Amino acid sequence: MNNLTTNFVIDKKNHIVKIVRPFAAPKKNVWAAWTEPELLDQWWAPKPWKSETKIMNFKEGGRRLYAMVSSEGEKHWSLITYTSITPKTNFKCHDGFSDSEGNINEDMPQSDWNVNFVESEGITTVNIEIQHQQLSDLETIIEMGFKEGMTATLEQLSEVLTTKKNS
Amino acid sequence: MKKRRDVFQAIADPTRREILGLLANEPLNLNSITENFEMSRPAISQHIKVLDESGLVDIRNKGRKRFCYIRPQKIKKVEEWLEQFKELWEDRFNQLDQTLTNLNNEDQ
Repeated sequence: MNNLTTNFVIDKKNHIVKIVRPFAAPKKNVWAAWTEPELLDQWWAPKPWKSETKIMNFKEGGRRLYAMVSSEGEKHWSLITYTSITPKTNFKCHDGFSDSEGNINEDMPQSDWNVNFVESEGITTVNIEIQHQQLSDLETIIEMGFKEGMTATLEQLSEVLTTKKNS
Repeated sequence: MKKRRDVFQAIADPTRREILGLLANEPLNLNSITENFEMSRPAISQHIKVLDESGLVDIRNKGRKRFCYIRPQKIKKVEEWLEQFKELWEDRFNQLDQTLTNLNNEDQ
């Protein structure tokens, strides 16, 4: 399967990141990979980071507390609260940085996620929308969560600020 | 010799991000920047000092006033930044492809 490409759009006006990606798998498996902690931890963290889920209760109002762990053992904790679940079709959640006990850090950016699953002819397309409160949150999200996993330099994080000028 | 400061440290503060947002629209002097915040002039001046030391902002004299400018060489193209973000998701999805391949094999 060669046409599994990612469609990626940033709606700067509404602070929404939209990501669409087809997967060569039945919907039940794709859904499982997004909603079962052992599977999520296999793929969620970009190398060399590891994802470690401490608590996960996948139901409406339930929470996932997990850490992104660097190769040096440094941990960045996040708390996800599942706000709406339509099995094998859609889930919505609220995401924020937290401490190891799941206390949200109110000073850090938070976002609302809407993840949708559609299967057609054996291909499952996942549609992700991430809504941020403000555009500048995006750069902080990237810096906090994925600093070492990406080649982005700190300077590049500031680039998004120029969009105010151009838009 | 001006002190060198980490760009991320400069950007990590919400007030400084807001100042950069204002300066992205137009160069401003200290008074015009202060008008946008419920903060004292010395407090804003301190934030600007940090931005200046990080290299994100340049301070130039214009007549009798000192104006703050965004430094374009520090603020590169948005597209490059988007590429980095996209790369992260591509890495993640490639790993997910592998997880799914394993799951599909278990089904058979």
